[in-house]
Amino acid sequence: MEQVLFYCFSLVLIFAATMVVTVRNPVRAALFLVLAFFTSAAIWLFLEAEFLAITLVLVYVGAVMVLFLFVVMMLDINLTPLQEGFTKYLPLGILVAILITIEMVAVLGASHFGLDVVAAPLPHAEGYSNTKELGRLLYTVYVYPFEIASVILTVAIVAAITLTLRKQKRKTQNPAEQVKVRREDRVRLVKMEAVKKHDEVNTDEESS
Amino acid sequence: MYDLIVHTLLPNIGKILLIVVPLMLAVAYLTYAERKIIGYIQVRIGPNRVGPYGLLQPIADGLKLALKEVIFPAKSNLYLFLIAPVLAIGPALAAWAVMPFDATLILADIDAGLLYILAITSMGVYGIVIAGWASNSRYAFLGALRSAAQVVSYEIAMGFALVGVLIAAGSLNLGEIVLAQQGGILSWFWLPLFPLFVVYFVSGVAETNRAPFDVSEGESEIVAGFHVEYSGMAFAVFFLAEYADMILISMLAAVMFCGGWLSPFQGTFMESWFVWIPGLVWLLMKTAWFLFIYLWIRATFPRYRYDQIMRLGWKIFIPVTLVWLVVVSTAQVFDIGPWFTEVESVVELAQVIQS
Repeated sequence: MEQVLFYCFSLVLIFAATMVVTVRNPVRAALFLVLAFFTSAAIWLFLEAEFLAITLVLVYVGAVMVLFLFVVMMLDINLTPLQEGFTKYLPLGILVAILITIEMVAVLGASHFGLDVVAAPLPHAEGYSNTKELGRLLYTVYVYPFEIASVILTVAIVAAITLTLRKQKRKTQNPAEQVKVRREDRVRLVKMEAVKKHDEVNTDEESS
Repeated sequence: MYDLIVHTLLPNIGKILLIVVPLMLAVAYLTYAERKIIGYIQVRIGPNRVGPYGLLQPIADGLKLALKEVIFPAKSNLYLFLIAPVLAIGPALAAWAVMPFDATLILADIDAGLLYILAITSMGVYGIVIAGWASNSRYAFLGALRSAAQVVSYEIAMGFALVGVLIAAGSLNLGEIVLAQQGGILSWFWLPLFPLFVVYFVSGVAETNRAPFDVSEGESEIVAGFHVEYSGMAFAVFFLAEYADMILISMLAAVMFCGGWLSPFQGTFMESWFVWIPGLVWLLMKTAWFLFIYLWIRATFPRYRYDQIMRLGWKIFIPVTLVWLVVVSTAQVFDIGPWFTEVESVVELAQVIQS
């Protein structure tokens, strides 16, 4: 049963991945990429890695791809100039593809990842919590790599934001000032005596 | 194969129907409640023509929408145009799979329930974005862009608020989160996690694109936002998704901050007076209260300006949650009372770190 499901999901994954690079419409390509992420998350679930699977959906499908789609939607990509150099770059593309294939086969082949080298993982006992185990490892054995990676990411964020900040004078609003505004600053209630002005009322009516 | 169908598939489909059918009814009557409550808040009567007290109004509305023609705009991307409402309602329904209605009443009692809900609800934005793009309309597109930016921003604050909950409970399983709050209204998480509670609920309002954060619909500027080109049943599906999401957020607030199915009188002298009330009723009452707050907010506040929405999300909510996470973690690790004195798993973790 599990094997049948695995092959179903694999087929969907390969189909989606192929569509990402072959489909003409960039928005559809992004959506097929979403399908690819989702399907690979499902395959991870077979490995009892539910934390990683759900995180893949949460981070890549829920956040990264939304931003991707956001950008792709706003670009009005004209595909014809992009396809002009197809034949010119084809030999180079084929060369790169062959190289990548050879490298992948060399590294991921049966001699490194075969069943006799890496045994099939045993199913975990009842009550095993993938999340708990992962947290325990991350915060004990791998605490330094984990913290260093987070610092690098923070630095990257700060750097990216600093690049967009320019010193030049811009038209910006000061939220602190806006929040501080009280009703008295904006609205003035004026008390006026009710005065009867017969003459004015009469002239108004006549003119209208 | 026969075994699989009879013993696994059919009971599960039955359970799913037991959740979805009442949910759809709740959505229908939530629209009625919304119109009635906002009506009374604004000193009007609200719907009162169809049936006694207007009680059949949602049925009439549903029938009307079902019978209307679905119009496909010219030069729209038809395939994506049709799939968008499905993508909106799919996550809104799928998230209910892990909702604990009672100690035992739960469809899928998975270990990482909270994470699952976060992941599934984060996919709801696709329906809106694709609807806006596929409609081939400027108004719809602007609505989709606004919505995408807003939902992605508030998801972060919401996620952090939920991280606070899981630190306090020591578990990602929603049932265990409820059980960690045992002991009456004062030991529910709303009190020790009060800032996170407020952030969570306001972010929830923003996530569902409800007033005062409903700029993605913004009638005064962009007609009806992302669903301006949708009519008939396709529009109704968006509507269903939005209201199902509202109920989901409200019930999650009840589960994570207000003790879920637990009685508020637990541990007091009044506990024995209310034991006859089943847990599900408590949960539904809490959910109804949060839904009422949704409507109350909508009737009270004017729509936010867009830059203020972004400021609130990024510059206020995220720092608040970060600070409170530090507070909660400190209280949890060093057993600072009166709330965080005995949670097994964190104590375990501290031992692992020391050894």
